[in-house]
Amino acid sequence: MVLGSVPLKYKVTIDRARCMECGRCVENCPYGTFRWEGDQITVHSRNCTACHRCIAMCPRDAISLEERPVDYRSHPLWTAEAREAIFNQARTGRVILAGMGNAQPLPSIFDRLLLDACQVTNPSIDPLREPMELRTYIGKKPRKLEFSRTEAGDVELETTLAPNLMLETPIMIGHMSYGAISLNAQLALARAVHQTGTFMGTGEGGMHPDLYPYQDRLIVQVASGRFGVGIDYLERGAAVEIKIGQGAKPGIGGHLPGEKVCADVSCTRMIPLGSDAISPAPHHDIYSIEDLAQLVHSLKEATEWKKPVFVKIAAVHNAAAIAAGIARSGADAVVVDGFRGGTGAAPKVFRDHVGIPIEAAVSAVDAKLRDQGVRNEISVIASGGIRNAADVTKAIALGADAIYIGTAALVAMGCRVCGNCYRGLCPWGIATQRPDLVARLDPEKEAVHVANLIKAWTMEVSELMGAAGINAIESLRGNRDRLRGYMLDEGMLEVLDVMPAGA
Amino acid sequence: MCGIISVVDRSGAVMDGARIKDALAMMNERGSGEGAGYAVYGAYPEYADCYALHVFFDNIIETKSSLDTLLETWGEIVHEEEIPTYEQPHLKKVHTPWRYFFRPDPSLMTGTPSPEEDIVTYLVMKVNTAVPGALIYSSGKNIGVFKAAGWPEEVADFYRIQDYEGYIWLAHNRYPTNTRGWWGGAHPFNLLDWSVIHNGEITSYGTNRRYIESFGYKCTMFTDTEVVAYLVDLLARRHGLDKTLAVRALAPPFWDEIDRMPPREEHLYRALRLTYGPAMMNGPFAIVVANRDGIVGFTDRIKLRPLVAAEEGDRLYISSEEAAIRRMAPDLDRVWMPGAGEPVIGRVR
Repeated sequence: MVLGSVPLKYKVTIDRARCMECGRCVENCPYGTFRWEGDQITVHSRNCTACHRCIAMCPRDAISLEERPVDYRSHPLWTAEAREAIFNQARTGRVILAGMGNAQPLPSIFDRLLLDACQVTNPSIDPLREPMELRTYIGKKPRKLEFSRTEAGDVELETTLAPNLMLETPIMIGHMSYGAISLNAQLALARAVHQTGTFMGTGEGGMHPDLYPYQDRLIVQVASGRFGVGIDYLERGAAVEIKIGQGAKPGIGGHLPGEKVCADVSCTRMIPLGSDAISPAPHHDIYSIEDLAQLVHSLKEATEWKKPVFVKIAAVHNAAAIAAGIARSGADAVVVDGFRGGTGAAPKVFRDHVGIPIEAAVSAVDAKLRDQGVRNEISVIASGGIRNAADVTKAIALGADAIYIGTAALVAMGCRVCGNCYRGLCPWGIATQRPDLVARLDPEKEAVHVANLIKAWTMEVSELMGAAGINAIESLRGNRDRLRGYMLDEGMLEVLDVMPAGA
Repeated sequence: MCGIISVVDRSGAVMDGARIKDALAMMNERGSGEGAGYAVYGAYPEYADCYALHVFFDNIIETKSSLDTLLETWGEIVHEEEIPTYEQPHLKKVHTPWRYFFRPDPSLMTGTPSPEEDIVTYLVMKVNTAVPGALIYSSGKNIGVFKAAGWPEEVADFYRIQDYEGYIWLAHNRYPTNTRGWWGGAHPFNLLDWSVIHNGEITSYGTNRRYIESFGYKCTMFTDTEVVAYLVDLLARRHGLDKTLAVRALAPPFWDEIDRMPPREEHLYRALRLTYGPAMMNGPFAIVVANRDGIVGFTDRIKLRPLVAAEEGDRLYISSEEAAIRRMAPDLDRVWMPGAGEPVIGRVR
């Protein structure tokens, strides 16, 4: 097989009439798509990842990009991706690594769920004129309250509440570690959650000292590699999350390529410089549900029962039963990460084929917890492929208390979803540790963008709630009566416990 | 729409049904002639220690015998009879209303502090879900619900409501939207001691229903109102919240208000919202809930449905319209508009 025999994935062209040869494209492309040859800029399209950095930076709109200009003979089964994956593996004999979320052209269930609105019989509520409550508490809730009466006849509450996180919006930012993303990216996210009254996850990469000022809005993660975990780390977090798995790669551990392990990352993670950080598939102290309960208790003991402990699982087939087990482990919240969840690096075969959609998983988890009468005692956080305020609203109506976003927050900072995060060359300064690339991301500015996104979605969720005649998010949660399925099969409608449109 | 009116005599003195019929008919503008009903507390003093089970039978040949057997399995039928009805020109008698005075055998239900009530609840849920052609729509002691599809006057005359006496009355004039105007869908809804009349729509029904069903209740009447009766039963009977707190759990203050409360109260209301968030009712509604001790009326948190209260001596009135109250009692001592979500409580002394 001759190198280069594969057709170009992207073709970049420069409109020479418009180009002023400023060289910004050359400077901005870390993949080497543009090069000076003498006084002319030449294009090497084979290097292009469609990250759009050059297009965004070109002052004259001189660059254009075409996807698959020379394609294979079309075939519904032997797609270009299928063929190229084989070429790739025939050449290397290796597992194919990929970034971002599931890239299979499967239909989105969210897109086939329709929201309700009021007409005549019940008035819609105008959030501009009436209060609209999106405040969400994440953590354990009592099943019932106990009261006593004082001698004066006043009601006295006897029940002690477990610690809860108070969110001003049900939108949180999920766990993206320092290592997978840059410190500037984490700082921007941290500032954004601070401004919007919500929380973000540290990921499994420890907590860099620059994030300490925002620690009361950070959920610290304890994953199978235990990177960066120590008592100081646990005590700094607002909550602790045990990561069992993630939607992009259920059943395997995290993967941080050594290219991204710079000195600072190595210190924060407590691992050698430049080494691949491959966390084990299972936690080596969790081989059953009772072991998980022990870890939950150990973490609670370590943090003096002052912090909620979450458990995150990938949405696998049996997610509902697993969540019910987690509910009994003493955990305060269960995070369910759907198969569209993003990642910095995952084997392509896992990213594209393992796990189930978040819509189905959250429905099943909510129903199972209800069946067992414990739904309100534990919070459910849904994540994995949430793209807009409608997805947020639908996820909550299917039974989530809150949601995590990941990719959406990165897109707000410039990410174009090119999916090359694992290469450590992110031209937007997000999924990279190369100092010159990281410096491209201004944490101040990007914090504003991420905060804007959260604010805009929050406003849209309140508009959608108001239209549905609901003024508190508690009344949206699990309210599947306000959803209808469109072009979903009967089996799926049953899982979602949603009626078809028109019914 | 829908019109509601309720009255309690706090001294326990009884009133007959003649005047509430007129009051309810005052609000015919709010109804559509497809459902009306009355609930009366103190209806059956001669069987006061029995559960009065009112049942709609589709036919009394087949279904009745299976219900008789079921009741005899769980206790003793002290007395039973067809509820007397009187033909009305525009009211089609599609069901046969029957009443049983039933005494459950507490030894048959173990592991509960309230075996009799649990047996009756079980029977209501079981019959309404699993016995086709029978619907138990009233199951309290000394309480009777009388309802049908028709205008308030017709339904009242059909049962001769003026012949019944009680110290609490609830009445409802229905304009159905979500479900057809069938007899079971008319208000009041009742379970054990609890009766509910409701004007409005509960937009949180999906959440409330799933919550209440996880405690073993089953919603069988295809309407959002029954969930209110079950929520009140859960909160007030099973969880032991007093009436004010139960109402505050169903229509809680806004977080902004809670944040401004003095610490003890703030703590209490925060706990109430966290624990009973899924019980919170949203959407436009005005509701009166009654049990043998009195009535409580309240609206949704932004009062999207009308509710007016009034007093005259020992009597407390709660209604959609003042005109209806004045039809019962022209000279009122006091009339007021309760605030959104604020409970109006009338306790029998």
